[in-house]
Amino acid sequence: MAIDILMPALSPTMTEGKLSKWLVKEGDQVTSGTILAEIETDKATMELECVDEGRIGRLVIAEGTEGVPVNQLIATLLAEGESAPSAKAPASKPTPPAKPAAAPAKAALPAPIAASSPTGEAQHSTWKTQTVREALRDAMAEEMRRDPNVFLMGEEVARYQGAYKISQGLLDEFGEKRVVDTPITEHGFAGLGVGAAFGGLVPIVEFMTFNFAMQAIDHIINSAAKTLYMSGGQMGCPIVFRGPNGAAARVAAQHSQCYASWYAHVPGLKVVAPWSAADAKGLLKAAIRDPNPVIFLEHEILYGQSFPVPDTTDFLLPIGQAKVERPGKDVTIVAFSIMVGKALKAAEKLAEEGIDAEVINLRSIRPLDTATIITSIQKTNRCVTCEEGWAFSGIGSEIAAIIMEQAFDHLDAPVTRVAGKDVPMPYAANLEVLALPQVADIIEAAKAVCYR
Amino acid sequence: MATKKVTSSRKGPAQGSNTAPTVDELIKFYKDMLLIRRFEERAGQLYGMGLIGGFCHLYIGQEAVVVGLQACANPGDTVVTSYRDHGHMLACGMDPKGVMAELTGRASGYSKGKGGSMHMFSREKGFFGGHGIVAAQVPIGTGLAFAHKYKNDGGLNMAYMGDGAFNQGQVYESLNMASLWHLPVLYVVENNKYGMGTSVERSSASTDLASRGNAYNVKTMAVDGMDVLAVREAGLEAVEHIRAGKGPVLMEAKTYRYRGHSMSDPAKYRTKEELQKMRSEHDPIDHLRQTLITMKALDDDGFKALDKDIKDTVLAAAEFAQAAPEPDPSELWTDIIVAA
Repeated sequence: MAIDILMPALSPTMTEGKLSKWLVKEGDQVTSGTILAEIETDKATMELECVDEGRIGRLVIAEGTEGVPVNQLIATLLAEGESAPSAKAPASKPTPPAKPAAAPAKAALPAPIAASSPTGEAQHSTWKTQTVREALRDAMAEEMRRDPNVFLMGEEVARYQGAYKISQGLLDEFGEKRVVDTPITEHGFAGLGVGAAFGGLVPIVEFMTFNFAMQAIDHIINSAAKTLYMSGGQMGCPIVFRGPNGAAARVAAQHSQCYASWYAHVPGLKVVAPWSAADAKGLLKAAIRDPNPVIFLEHEILYGQSFPVPDTTDFLLPIGQAKVERPGKDVTIVAFSIMVGKALKAAEKLAEEGIDAEVINLRSIRPLDTATIITSIQKTNRCVTCEEGWAFSGIGSEIAAIIMEQAFDHLDAPVTRVAGKDVPMPYAANLEVLALPQVADIIEAAKAVCYR
Repeated sequence: MATKKVTSSRKGPAQGSNTAPTVDELIKFYKDMLLIRRFEERAGQLYGMGLIGGFCHLYIGQEAVVVGLQACANPGDTVVTSYRDHGHMLACGMDPKGVMAELTGRASGYSKGKGGSMHMFSREKGFFGGHGIVAAQVPIGTGLAFAHKYKNDGGLNMAYMGDGAFNQGQVYESLNMASLWHLPVLYVVENNKYGMGTSVERSSASTDLASRGNAYNVKTMAVDGMDVLAVREAGLEAVEHIRAGKGPVLMEAKTYRYRGHSMSDPAKYRTKEELQKMRSEHDPIDHLRQTLITMKALDDDGFKALDKDIKDTVLAAAEFAQAAPEPDPSELWTDIIVAA
């Protein structure tokens, strides 16, 4: 019985990859541990090892094929005495056809500019398609070229090229002085970054994920956020703490948490949460130039998604301004980070049912663009908030309170929060889906506030 | 790497050393230590009168450490320390009036009255706090050292901490990074024998604190922190090592605080005899005074004039701190975010 060799998932979030190179050919005898192929994920090039013993039957996917989905049959392995079922499918012709090489990932591609958006995007005429990952890297590279005091530090940012490949190529361009691999020592290097900022530098501190920043939260809050006040204005702290926040995929409770409301709670911090690649680029450049400590909450699931981005080094988005991603009149859906994509999908479905939803991409959590929210509520009279984090003391709770304080008379229904379930993130795939807020939850909430 | 022990030079300034302090320098050390002592005594008094609130940690007894080490600093160097910071600020040349006015929470204080005893700063004098979280200043000082090296400005950071802070994990995270990257930083452990009320013996598995630097391949030194000349001598050696680009130095200065951990500490964890013995036999100011007398550097009138000068300075600071206005209510809302 021939054994199927399948395209492996080589990271928690990998859904497809490139089969870069076969290191065996049909008929080769292999054993457990033989390296069969090189596979390129969005983060790295990995080697695929053989698990079983046997002889390579067919190479089903040709090398160089991009977008091979996880679990796709890529080769067969024959047991002793078995013969290949004839060479009816030559290895040079992949079956079934994988996605075209340059296909961008499947993020909803919104129109670049929403009519009511008061941001700096409209002035840019040339756009290109970029992943969030590339946008973040370009933002850092551009700002490092512009200001010699900007440097990047964190775990695996230099030689490894970034645990999530955000810093790819930066070491080559800027050298070890400005792209600094740290030991695994979050508390220490966060504090060191704060000291460097006090000393006149502009550190970008990468946390491999924000989960690990809990080790460092004392320095983020007590040292970075409060010292300006405690020094009577002398000790500004221009620093960016950035990294993936929220739930990746199947990494369970300690690695799947949204910290937006934790940091948003603190005066002295700015908190930013981009969704699209344009958000990522424009906001990260603004964060690096900001004279204050900025918490920059990325999302691992978004890193590989592509969006249009203004093709210029002058593209900055103002911190503190939300963007209306989709104008609508019936209900306001407020979201940030990955939930913006889900909210837009929900809005499409709602439109099919005759509900015209307005979707606000917050972009900044603190300062919060209260005006854009209130203006929208005055129009729609209904609001659903969306976040991956827990509802209790969450961003949705804050927005609900603000709406109650500033637009109480405009409400036709209670503000409804769509949020992560009030449980630690489970590992099991089905439970994880249940724990995370889904498009269906947003649709249901939107209908409820519309009394539909 | 063995810990370099710099022991007491009780006989006076090192003879024949080309780094021996001049008479003027000795007198300056005496004045600087006396200023700290008198300032702290006055602060204690104002606290008792209710003019200083919250926490107030006095430096009395430890004066030789900071005075001896700051004598080794250059303009452009930076300093961080914990919340027991009044002495460090004065040794950095900050104005006693501004420090005392911060203690009383007045607008003329170094932090406009918004920081208090534990949180004061002066960029101008290279003093970067004044940090209230035990040991938080250590990575921050390491970061200032990182900036010195990055900018190649020739400066170094002196990061002071107590023996209590020395059990915090972030100290070792800092030692590791500073050693890896050869950062210009002098870590000074002011071992005053008690982290709040817990003695070093009860908190530290090994009481040879300096030796912990060996694990990080850091040059270590131990010095009699009650002897300003010994501290200065060790400091010069440390600073030379650091400025030569050889990496950080960890120095343990064995010292003693005469007062409690803070104003509210009755210090029941140690005997009166222990305290009395330190005061009568090891007081850093008395000791240097004896040296100056032996050297005939100052006569009685000279001492009297100097003492009066210090007393007047401290009184003026106390008066200023009581007369200065409280911050305007509008200050509640300033200095939270720098306008971009």
